[in-house]
Amino acid sequence: MTASEGVERYTIPVGPIHPALKEPIRLDLGVDGEEIIDVDIIMGQVHRGIEWLGMNRNNPIQNIYLAERVCGICNICHPFAYIMAIEQATGITPPERAEYIRVIIAEMERIHSHLLWAGVAAHEVGFESVFYLVWRVREKIMDLIEYVTGNRVTKAMFQIGGVRRDITEEQFPRIRKTLDYYKSIFDQLKTVFLDDRTIRMRAKNVGVLKREDALKLLAVGPTARASGVAKDVRQDQAYSAYADLDIKAITPDILTGTIIGDVYDRIIVRLLEVKQSIEIIERCLDEMPPGATLIEPKLAKLLKTLKTAEGEGVGRAEAPRGEVIHYVRLETGRETLATWKIRAPTYVNLMSIPTILKGGQIADVPIVFASIDPCMSCTNRAVVVDRKTNKKSIMTYEELHQLSVEKTRKLSNGLVK
Amino acid sequence: MEILSPEEIVESFKAALGAGFVNAKIYEREVAVKKNLFKAIWIYVKRDAFRQAVEHICKLQEYPHLAIISSSDQENSVALIYHFTIYYGHHLQELSLGLCVSLPKDDLKIPTITDLIPGAIFTERETQEMMGVEVVGIPDNRRLFLPEDFPEGVYPWRKDETGPEDMLRVLPGRQKK
Repeated sequence: MTASEGVERYTIPVGPIHPALKEPIRLDLGVDGEEIIDVDIIMGQVHRGIEWLGMNRNNPIQNIYLAERVCGICNICHPFAYIMAIEQATGITPPERAEYIRVIIAEMERIHSHLLWAGVAAHEVGFESVFYLVWRVREKIMDLIEYVTGNRVTKAMFQIGGVRRDITEEQFPRIRKTLDYYKSIFDQLKTVFLDDRTIRMRAKNVGVLKREDALKLLAVGPTARASGVAKDVRQDQAYSAYADLDIKAITPDILTGTIIGDVYDRIIVRLLEVKQSIEIIERCLDEMPPGATLIEPKLAKLLKTLKTAEGEGVGRAEAPRGEVIHYVRLETGRETLATWKIRAPTYVNLMSIPTILKGGQIADVPIVFASIDPCMSCTNRAVVVDRKTNKKSIMTYEELHQLSVEKTRKLSNGLVK
Repeated sequence: MEILSPEEIVESFKAALGAGFVNAKIYEREVAVKKNLFKAIWIYVKRDAFRQAVEHICKLQEYPHLAIISSSDQENSVALIYHFTIYYGHHLQELSLGLCVSLPKDDLKIPTITDLIPGAIFTERETQEMMGVEVVGIPDNRRLFLPEDFPEGVYPWRKDETGPEDMLRVLPGRQKK
């Protein structure tokens, strides 16, 4: 759709600091009145050169902790994919028990990440009470993560050839207690998110990504699954203990019978995945094999193996937002990695953003953008540029957020359809 | 859709590419308790047969997933690996397929595949700016991550004289190369 003659067309750059995001990115929105007709993405505001550090400064063991710091929320799946790539390149096989512990921690991360997202999404539509509710509920899993790993955020659980801490039988009851708590409130959460009028109004048929577009634009994770692409690394590829557990990718038709690919469907997928994660952790606790958790506890010995190893490997893990892939190449005699390439899920999911924003309204930008759960950060301001006069006016984060909140209010009062 | 075994896939590449096919590696590893197999294939092709190879992957799987292009500086050449995944959506059937192509340093050019896989655009743009590989026919030639004022002819992932060595701060404890 193009702007008709005589109609003023505006470009609204949203970002680099944006309300729906945890990290900076810039969106240039071409708008005709309220309608978005053109979207461009400008990235790189927080490119930290992590791969360069891994290739030039750090040894492969130091890189585990660097990989954890790629993202604050997915700080399990990055080292997970990284160590799997190293293990493939060097031929190290982790003990079976370690594989189960890795999965338990990864699923705990998924629960906390999805709940965090659910809170952010409620905030984006101006539903503050749900935002507070969900984040209070999320504290339980954060406490559990701290109990099991010793930390709330960077868990430092992973090591090449195993994990650094065991989960013992004495810890099981405490873990089960938290999982039971989530099971007991799950129906409540479901009612709040799926039956509430406000959320339905703002999420149904908004930000639609069709199945074909999701496939062409390489969408991954809940974004792809909500569009009906049953793609989940935990289901598709045998990695870690997931290979034993017969995971099934969650698509929204399990609940509703149809697939639309809108924001509402993305809520369904994430909500059901929380339940799935609880079940996975319970199964892991039941089936966890005994034995060692680390194959080589002496780091100097491990480093020597890594220094003399030659080979390449690719590690893929399902992060809360989709597939994470790490590629590493080791050369004999080289202390650092020869090549390290990281691909986080948002890298590919961002390519869907122009498609799902086009035809929408400016007030829908926060929730639609947030619906792919982009792993980047929050809008202070957006600059509105008039293309004809080149005049700039500044929209603050509060104003953009206010637009979204007002839309919710108008919808609930029946003022607009 | 018919699901081929890794060996059959390698054979199908040999048949489709002819002289353009260089080599192939199959990697399999047992994981966890039930010993299911993690499978990956590496296919090495000549640059002339690269487009043909991607077209062949599109025949194996409608909409193959291109995860990323990784690139390694290997003194006289740059090795590109296109990390595909095929057969997704089927329980434990997915295969990681690395399509490897080596480019000589004096002729760093590779045709675009965005016409076959539109989502390849970001990773092609990144390979261009970070490794200095020219993607011929790319529909969007802008930089992806590097800022606009980043100097021309400096490629952060290179290990030769075009690398970013001059731009680094020499911090205590770090030897200048």
